[in-house]
Amino acid sequence: MSMVFGVPLAVLSGQLMIGIINGAFYALLSLGLAVIFGLLKIINFAHGAMYMLGALVTVVLFDLLSVNYWVALFVAPVLVGAFGLLIEYFLLRRIAGQDHIYSLLLTFGAALIIQGVLTNIYGVSGLRYSMPDMFKGGINLGFMFLPYYRAWVIVVALLVCFGTWFIIEKTKLGSYLRAGTEDSQLMQGFGINAPLLVSLTYGFGVMLAAFAGVLAAPIYSITPVMGSNILIVVFAVVVIGGMGSIGGAIITGILMGVIEGLTKTFYPPASSAVIFLVMVVVLMIRPTGLFGKEA
Amino acid sequence: MNQPVNPADIHKAIVEQQKIQDRKKLMVNGVLLLLLLAAPFVMYPVFLMKILCFALFAVAFNLLFGFTGLLSFGHAAFLATGGYTTGYLLSNFSGLTTEMGIIAGTAMATLLGLAFALLSIRRQGIYFAMVTLALAQLVFFFFVQSEFTGGEDGMHGIPRGELFGLINLEDNLNMYYFVLVVFIACYLLVQRIVGSPYGQILKAIKQNEPRAVSLGYNVDRYKILAFVISAALAGLAGSMKSVVFQLASLNDAHWHMSGEVILMTLVGGMGTLLGPVVGATFVVNIEYLLSQGPLRDWVDPILGGTFVLTVLAFRSGIVGEIQKFIKKNLG
Repeated sequence: MSMVFGVPLAVLSGQLMIGIINGAFYALLSLGLAVIFGLLKIINFAHGAMYMLGALVTVVLFDLLSVNYWVALFVAPVLVGAFGLLIEYFLLRRIAGQDHIYSLLLTFGAALIIQGVLTNIYGVSGLRYSMPDMFKGGINLGFMFLPYYRAWVIVVALLVCFGTWFIIEKTKLGSYLRAGTEDSQLMQGFGINAPLLVSLTYGFGVMLAAFAGVLAAPIYSITPVMGSNILIVVFAVVVIGGMGSIGGAIITGILMGVIEGLTKTFYPPASSAVIFLVMVVVLMIRPTGLFGKEA
Repeated sequence: MNQPVNPADIHKAIVEQQKIQDRKKLMVNGVLLLLLLAAPFVMYPVFLMKILCFALFAVAFNLLFGFTGLLSFGHAAFLATGGYTTGYLLSNFSGLTTEMGIIAGTAMATLLGLAFALLSIRRQGIYFAMVTLALAQLVFFFFVQSEFTGGEDGMHGIPRGELFGLINLEDNLNMYYFVLVVFIACYLLVQRIVGSPYGQILKAIKQNEPRAVSLGYNVDRYKILAFVISAALAGLAGSMKSVVFQLASLNDAHWHMSGEVILMTLVGGMGTLLGPVVGATFVVNIEYLLSQGPLRDWVDPILGGTFVLTVLAFRSGIVGEIQKFIKKNLG
């Protein structure tokens, strides 16, 4: 067996792959946060809860209506996205234009409610969602075993990330979004319905989180608190990447997943803390983050 | 109509009014003090001490959030650092008197606060909140991994010991009055800070930071100092809490705790002196009452709902709303 720095190659590449997968989730979630932040200037503290809802809705749909994975992949984000629209309309809109700290606190409260209610219904022990049949098994690459589902997660997450980047940076709709980021009042002066755009942006960001949740359902343990744990890591990823760029969020997400995977291989005790350590170092060297533009 | 007014008379009237107000304040404070002194004979002292510790925690947090405008989402780290340090020292070095353990815990929290401040102070608003949250999570993982904290089980059986080697703190009444004295001292300290020229500069920074900069203040230094003081007081609250309950656990380090202190401050009234005290009393009582009743599993959603409601409808909190009411109807 070939060894790399005293670690078997299979173990190393296995951890690397898990790292890339976690990184794909970080990327999807920090991307959603960045999109919402861009236009609403809100840090959506309920983002983790939306991710959790995506996974939970997938399980519940399957248990109650035996809705299969492929349908859930579309239905769950739409349902959760609609829920996000309600939150935007009934809560966030009321404090639009006020200090951004209040929206952070508001979404934090909303996350507590969602998480608490669901904990009472489903407990914290974790629900299971069985893998769709076509994803069972995997392929032997010679140096490692690659389960089909994990390959699928990586591919689809990258596609969605790229698609979002493309929409925002290269299309007309994206140019409206970016204009709204710069000066939403001026944009409204040009006859663009800014409040609608804000609602849709929030809904879209929430959908991204829920989509990540559906992807996570077959491989992670599904509990009402799964979102809050990952959210803080994603916050750190966002701080490391800086809020300035969509592409930055994606790259940093995957990079941090890989670093976490490597740490798990070489020094396991630090694996849950390493991203925060990276954040400290980045803050010391480049306070605006790796890709950040804001002062 | 146009009678000449003697400026000295106006001055006299103002001074007179000030005197009446001061007297009123003094009376209110005196009544409060009497209530606090008598409280342990009516209520369970440990519960009262819990309220006082959390009130101090919230007062510390409010100095930063309410008066300087910096939302830290990582104050649990200081509470826990104070608690664990004091707990570790008192458990392992029997020669230490209680107050030495508490001072050491506070000192550790102060140092940690300085480190947090230096790393986060250049970020503003929600970035500041995210950075402090992530830093606190780093501290949380450190405590999870460290052996001396007892990990998930927590640190049990911390001896209360003797204050100055003289006063036996195993006695709940003694312990209560000690906590009360520390609390009042810290409260007066914060009152003094807020009223001082330094406190005025903090308020100026909160209102408009660029203006404060253009007036020539080195804003970062003022903010760092505020952060460090706030962290120190939060650590002191944690140290005392670990002595009172003879227990330090991961709960104190969890980000949930950072959220709770925000809620206490917000509900009570941020930017007011009494607000965090009222808020802490409110939240601790609500949690206790809920945990006794049929809604015991619904504490989190109810707290979350309180959060949402406060932000949407009662932005200035209990004390703030009362102040507004008094100003409108009685002033």
